[in-house]
Amino acid sequence: MMVEKTPALDAFTYVALIFGIVLVGFPILYAIIAATLTLDDVSTVPMTMIPGDQLFNNVGEAWSRGNLGNQLFNSFIMASGITFGKIIVSLFGAFSIVYFDYRFRVVAFAAVFCTLMLPVEVRILPTYEMAANIFGPLQSVWDALGLDGIVSWFAGHDIEVSLEFSLLDSYAGLILPLTASATCTFLFRQFFLTIPEELCEAAKMDGASPMTFFWKILLPLSKTNIAALVVIEFVYGWNQYLWPLLITTNPNMTTAVIGLKTLLPSPEDPPEWHIAMAGALIVMLPPILVVLLMQRWFVKGLVEREK
Amino acid sequence: MSDTLFDMIKKRSYFKSRRLPYLLILPQILVTATFFYWPAIQGIVASFQLSDPFGFRTQFVWFDNYIALFIDPLYLKSILTTLFFSGSVALVSICGGLFLATMANRVLKFTSLTRTFLIWPYAIAPAISGILWLFLLHPSYGVVAIFIEEWFNIDWNPLLESSHAMLMIVMASAWKNISYNFVFFLAGLQAIPHSLIEAAAMDGASPFRRFWAITFPLLSPTMFFVTVMTIIFSFFESFGIIHAVTQGGPGGSTNILVYKVYQDGFIGLNLGSSSAQSVVLMGLIILITVLQFKYVERKVQYTG
Repeated sequence: MMVEKTPALDAFTYVALIFGIVLVGFPILYAIIAATLTLDDVSTVPMTMIPGDQLFNNVGEAWSRGNLGNQLFNSFIMASGITFGKIIVSLFGAFSIVYFDYRFRVVAFAAVFCTLMLPVEVRILPTYEMAANIFGPLQSVWDALGLDGIVSWFAGHDIEVSLEFSLLDSYAGLILPLTASATCTFLFRQFFLTIPEELCEAAKMDGASPMTFFWKILLPLSKTNIAALVVIEFVYGWNQYLWPLLITTNPNMTTAVIGLKTLLPSPEDPPEWHIAMAGALIVMLPPILVVLLMQRWFVKGLVEREK
Repeated sequence: MSDTLFDMIKKRSYFKSRRLPYLLILPQILVTATFFYWPAIQGIVASFQLSDPFGFRTQFVWFDNYIALFIDPLYLKSILTTLFFSGSVALVSICGGLFLATMANRVLKFTSLTRTFLIWPYAIAPAISGILWLFLLHPSYGVVAIFIEEWFNIDWNPLLESSHAMLMIVMASAWKNISYNFVFFLAGLQAIPHSLIEAAAMDGASPFRRFWAITFPLLSPTMFFVTVMTIIFSFFESFGIIHAVTQGGPGGSTNILVYKVYQDGFIGLNLGSSSAQSVVLMGLIILITVLQFKYVERKVQYTG
């Protein structure tokens, strides 16, 4: 390690770091303080920086007014569904692409790979239509082949077949479209490629079936990667905005991040920012906890993404 | 992504099975086809059509939707707004992230502690970040707003004033991104071999000169990646901030492209135009991705 004395620069470093931490933490600190105050205190200009004792009252008020219990539950189902779905789908996908040789391997990989960077935001309208009727493509094929005519001919009278199944206002609708992402598959593929060949050979020699190899060897080896992706995808799922906004019209099916908007005071209302901030704290807490508690894996996973 | 794009490496030792590999890849293909390829094709088709809001009649109109788009002053304004917005977010969050990471890298003792203190905005939803900053910058109650009014002696009102609203959404987005960029820059800095820095120090280079002559060039791949990710964030994920806080206003001054797709498609029910806008966005992001891969490959060749 290099020994060099630069006291002035070192002092500057510490001051800058502390200043940066305070600056980055300030919006959250300010929200926490606001959430502990009364309406009178929070609307005094400038607001006091001494915390009050109203935190539990405000949290309770935000909870009931924003229907947060219900919405947090929805957020939790959505975030875990996306996390679980993405990881399962891509573990199997990557296993298939790396450990087997079959005719459509390259095609399958290319098809999945092409979706790597395209977020749901660029194709919202057609994806929405798709979710509104998941059998849309089948219906198109049906119509294109003129099957209505054939069915009518068989039945002897006019029959119109319409295939409809809507994902709107459902957990499946919240979760499924967002599991269409190549990121995890790509990461698992990269990781599987670094696993020594000998492991697979040994497993084959011992007469292990592909799935035994997957469950007994590949899965335990992927533990760290899975942990990192759990954090990243949980945060991603919890913080989704545009998709749940479109696909849910029933307030009981919406997620907490979207529902929070109803707690914002409009210009006509009393400025109840203490309630809004209490609500914001509740909704941001789960992903913050996940990130802080699993920081080590999370950072590793994030940085792996770059490679 | 150090191997080339479609370099189809597989294991030398692999399993033989007729049905299993198809079964394993099936869920991924199904989900991708249903929620990616089919909608993408539908979107492209719809962008060449003109239809009434209820979808009763559709008419094939070739490139009319695109032409209409690029002579629409509102769309052109939205492009400029998006470019200005993402440029500002990138500038603030990359400079901030790099600065904090460089500082944190100097204090090796507390790296993980500093990271803990700087990482949390990453976990906060863009919409919530918007709400926090709306409160901080609120014209009547915001504490930062009071500072701005007293220091710069201006009538601060992000709810009515275009430039103030833009500043607000830039702050809300940049704040979220600083922590993300910080994590990457710190990892990038820690990967730089100490021997290089030490050699430069022995040659008498000052810490500043060492940073600009050695650290900064070696960080360029990270810099590029972080720039791409920040631009993608501000193009798309900032939707939550806009929707929760400004709704594209005041006077369309924060109406970025992704918000306009939503507004024209779901509120205005102008399906053709909204689809054409989606296709333009898709093209844009494909371009960015291709550029990124090109760059990454060049870097691989350079380092051998």
